[in-house]
Amino acid sequence: MSDTVTVRVNGVSVTVPAGSMVSAAILKTGTYAFRRSASGEPRGPLCGMGICFECRVTIDGDQHSRSCQTVCRNGMDVRTDG
Amino acid sequence: MTVKAYDVVVIGAGIVGSACAAECAREGLSVAIVEAGIIGGGATAAGMGHLVVMDDSEAQFALTRYSQQLWDEMRDELPREVEHDACGTMWIATDEEEMTEVARKAQFYTERGVVVEILDAQSVAEAEPNLRPGLVGGLRVPGDSVIYPPCAAQFFVDQARSKGAALFLGKAVETISSDSVRLRDGTSISAGVIVNATGSWSPVLTPGLEVKKRKGHLVITDRYPNFLHHQLVELGYLKSAHSLTADSVAFNIQPRLTGQLLIGSSRQFDVDHARVDGSIVTRMLNRAIEYLPGLRKLSSLRTWTGFRAATPDKLPLIGPHVEHKRLYLATGHEGLGITTSLGTAKLLVAQIMNRETEIPLAPYLPARLTQEPAHV
Repeated sequence: MSDTVTVRVNGVSVTVPAGSMVSAAILKTGTYAFRRSASGEPRGPLCGMGICFECRVTIDGDQHSRSCQTVCRNGMDVRTDG
Repeated sequence: MTVKAYDVVVIGAGIVGSACAAECAREGLSVAIVEAGIIGGGATAAGMGHLVVMDDSEAQFALTRYSQQLWDEMRDELPREVEHDACGTMWIATDEEEMTEVARKAQFYTERGVVVEILDAQSVAEAEPNLRPGLVGGLRVPGDSVIYPPCAAQFFVDQARSKGAALFLGKAVETISSDSVRLRDGTSISAGVIVNATGSWSPVLTPGLEVKKRKGHLVITDRYPNFLHHQLVELGYLKSAHSLTADSVAFNIQPRLTGQLLIGSSRQFDVDHARVDGSIVTRMLNRAIEYLPGLRKLSSLRTWTGFRAATPDKLPLIGPHVEHKRLYLATGHEGLGITTSLGTAKLLVAQIMNRETEIPLAPYLPARLTQEPAHV
């Protein structure tokens, strides 16, 4: 079993240690604005434990998925909206 | 303590009371509005804000149609936060029986001047791609629209106040007497006319009113822009929503301008507590998922409840109380109070001012429910 996984963040391949959260993979691409608030302000992971909902992104087409609570899988397609 | 006398004291600043207050103030009457809670905090905050023409009865049609025209005239004045959205309604048919209902409904509306469009299965699928395959057709009513009701109530209160109306906010009414309203804090407000517009609470202040609480649940989702384009209502709604006894749920969903989806509906009698009932919410969401399978993957933000003010004949009470001539009622709007608030205000003020009404008044007069039934 490989100890890394590769996901795509906004079309860019990112390889992270197996078990990494999607939020970590996104940050590794240098993206800090994961989404925009209703009034257009950038938002990113704040609590890191699934409570604040600020880190929501689209994962394999599912919108508003919490990236800090989702473990990376090979081939995962992640889209930020920041 | 007695405060100054007003021509009209409106009790209840839901959308109906607020609209009545604004209309009275527009007529030059001196108005006081008394609200125990917050503006638009009762059924107004638990209504979907669907401005819809309905065809249950001629009287229901007349009032919803009249009111919708009044909303249309006001459209450009509505502040942005009222979130007016001319999305139209799509009634969804799942089988041939419901398609027959589409034809009947189309004829009813067309004969009365309401523009409608009969859709086949393909047109329904193209209009709303998230609907499940295999539906039979539908009826599009493009003139229907959606608003955010609590802000509309606030707008009406602001209109009334700009014409001099007084607002007694957070003040509960203790009793209504023949010429005044007594607040719980001891204040007495003298009134030429008193309007009870307290919705499902109206029998508390006016005992004997045939208004019952009919509980409803709503769920709102996160923002999913373009998931939905019309307010969708099942035609089975007619079968499920009209039972006067059993609990029922029906598919009724709307897109908000924010991209959120507001999901209804449920109807329960004889439930007094406002708690969210998980089993009803599950039934309601499962019903919605039958139509829109993709809903299963969306996240909801909030679930809440409210109480419709239901009358035995599904028509509101608009006009003088049978015994207490200076007490007017503007209540009992059940699930249509957002739409019919404006028509109600016009009908109420015409009666107060002793003027002709623009649509026949008899079906809404409170006296209709107390007359002796015809014995055969």
